[in-house]
Amino acid sequence: MSFFKPKGTFIDNLPRIYGLYTGGFVVFILLMALLEQAGVGADAIGILFVVFTIAIYAIIGWLSRTMEVSAYYVAGRQVPPVFNGMATAADWMSGASFVAMAGGIFMGGHAYLAFVVGWTGGYVLVAVLMAPYLRKFGCYTVPDFIGTRYGGNLARLCAVIVLVVASFTYVTAQINATGTIASRALQIPFEVGVWFGLLGILLCSMLGGMRAVTWTQVAQYIVLIIAYLVPVIWMSNKQGFGLVPQLVYGDAVARINELEPILGVGTLKPTETVAGVSALTVRHSVPGPTALDSWRFITLAACMMLGTASLPHILMRYFTTPSVKAARNSVAWSLFFIFLLYFTAPALATFTKLQVLDPNLATSIIGKAIADVNALEWIQKWSNVGFLKIIDSNGDGILQINEFFMRGDIVVLATPEIAGLPYVISGLVAAGGMAAAMSTADGLLLAIANALSHDLYYKMIDPKADTRKRLIVARVLLIVIGAAGAIVASMRLTGILGAVAWAFCFAMSGLFFPLVLGVWWKRANRAGAIAGMIIGFVSGSWYLYMVRFAGMEPWIGIDHLRFGIIGAGASVVAMVVVSLMTREPDEETQAMVDAVRIPKGETVLGSVH
Amino acid sequence: MSTDNSQKEVHWQRTKSLMITHLVIWFIFSFVVHWFATQLNNISFLHFPVGFYMAAQGSLVVFVVQLFFFVRQQDKIDRECGMAEEE
Repeated sequence: MSFFKPKGTFIDNLPRIYGLYTGGFVVFILLMALLEQAGVGADAIGILFVVFTIAIYAIIGWLSRTMEVSAYYVAGRQVPPVFNGMATAADWMSGASFVAMAGGIFMGGHAYLAFVVGWTGGYVLVAVLMAPYLRKFGCYTVPDFIGTRYGGNLARLCAVIVLVVASFTYVTAQINATGTIASRALQIPFEVGVWFGLLGILLCSMLGGMRAVTWTQVAQYIVLIIAYLVPVIWMSNKQGFGLVPQLVYGDAVARINELEPILGVGTLKPTETVAGVSALTVRHSVPGPTALDSWRFITLAACMMLGTASLPHILMRYFTTPSVKAARNSVAWSLFFIFLLYFTAPALATFTKLQVLDPNLATSIIGKAIADVNALEWIQKWSNVGFLKIIDSNGDGILQINEFFMRGDIVVLATPEIAGLPYVISGLVAAGGMAAAMSTADGLLLAIANALSHDLYYKMIDPKADTRKRLIVARVLLIVIGAAGAIVASMRLTGILGAVAWAFCFAMSGLFFPLVLGVWWKRANRAGAIAGMIIGFVSGSWYLYMVRFAGMEPWIGIDHLRFGIIGAGASVVAMVVVSLMTREPDEETQAMVDAVRIPKGETVLGSVH
Repeated sequence: MSTDNSQKEVHWQRTKSLMITHLVIWFIFSFVVHWFATQLNNISFLHFPVGFYMAAQGSLVVFVVQLFFFVRQQDKIDRECGMAEEE
């Protein structure tokens, strides 16, 4: 296999290598379709998809192994912008984006689109305020920037703590998602699936650090985007909406809007409650009418945006580009690749909803006889695992909207079955979900392990450690943190989405303003940054605890998903006030900020540090 | 040296105003538009109700296009002020 050639040629050959890889994956899909035709069972195809793709990632991880510090931490700073964009997109789009987002829109309608807006708009902040400057700084990790810009171990330590809490919250959700998919596809218990997922994640990242994660993430992006787009385009084509469903589903939205009053969406409330599943009670495209509804939309979007611009596993991807200009360019490409999935998710939710609701379509179930609906294969399959429930509350033998309960998470996974697509598509979707969750988990684990090994161990505990020792510590930490994540994930503490939103709020509470003001406000000093991190993080966490666990009434609709508003608000006030009350930073620091602001010249930190 | 410093000053001023321009656009399409979603839903675009369309697609398109513009504009500023990296 001529995959790994000497450096220069490898980078030059990237388009060819990934072109071949994409072609190979398409051939694999066609092969699976042939096997299905030949009568191979659905389960076997699912297993082949998951095992084959993980094996490919593991091979890439093995080929990218390294013992160089710069390759391990920042992939040797030679990742071209477009490829870094793909890697960031995979790093970014988690199990939640892939599996839960379309389902969230399906169940939550317009209000849920705040996630779509927030998770894309955040990149404007990353590009304009952060990425190019952090790249110029030349740091290995985000706490590296905080520690050097503000000086002192306390600032560095605060940044490490915020990073670990935010990323760890997030990574458990991802390991949970890999466990869920692995257990379904491979027919193993969830608790075993979690460890299987972790094994796959570590295979990608352990030997090659950032270099290995970069090249596997590009491969994972290609799998996940194909897996997301193919079913939607297929379904749209089948329903007569053509091959670019994203542009033409306006009529489907209108049709749903027409059907909802007839079927009683929003008026017929369920008369019983079933744990873990819910009935559809929210209109698809009609936002809540009050100012509080609008407020809730924009506060959620704001949290997701500021969180995006503070999450270290995203910011550190831009440390890997060859130049400042490339870093900027790469953010634009990242957003483009993310956009491809995010503008498809609402289309998917809409088509699936129409499939279920529209009495003119053969696939619809609302208004049909319950006995007939219960005979459908996908209904049986998802009912068996408790993700879906049908109760004839009024005993008339007909399924009404308030008698159909489901979990939003299943929309993406079940859509191929609902629409009657071949099983090979379900296998593909499982592989895509696995790629999405694994790539994000890889980035997060690496962010945590790197912060602990570089900032805590090397910079604070043992600055004399040699390269070999540093990289061994980094790897041991990776395994330990991964195992801790798997243990927490197997306890199933929160749903996928709750934990994800919390991670964003933690990150923005502690890190957003210290990072932004570090570049944009020369007057920001050490005392201010430390106050900003501690007060922001503590007040955000306190507010989360009060509204989520201590039963406090949320202030003006700022619930536990939005606690970052409180945290970041407290953080900016504390940081500005304390900075102004204490002495301005010394000459050397001010010169450092000046150097960060222009692309020209050497990085602030040396290329190996 | 002093010309270099004044160039730096110009560069930073232009960078700042570019930042503000882009954050204003970002603010409008992140928050202002969605605040009026109910009213916008009365208009239609490509058969979509506009309030829904902006949240599902419109704002996203603006963000993507805006970033590619930003990259070019910032690069132009860097080059004109002599602050760009050597290739």
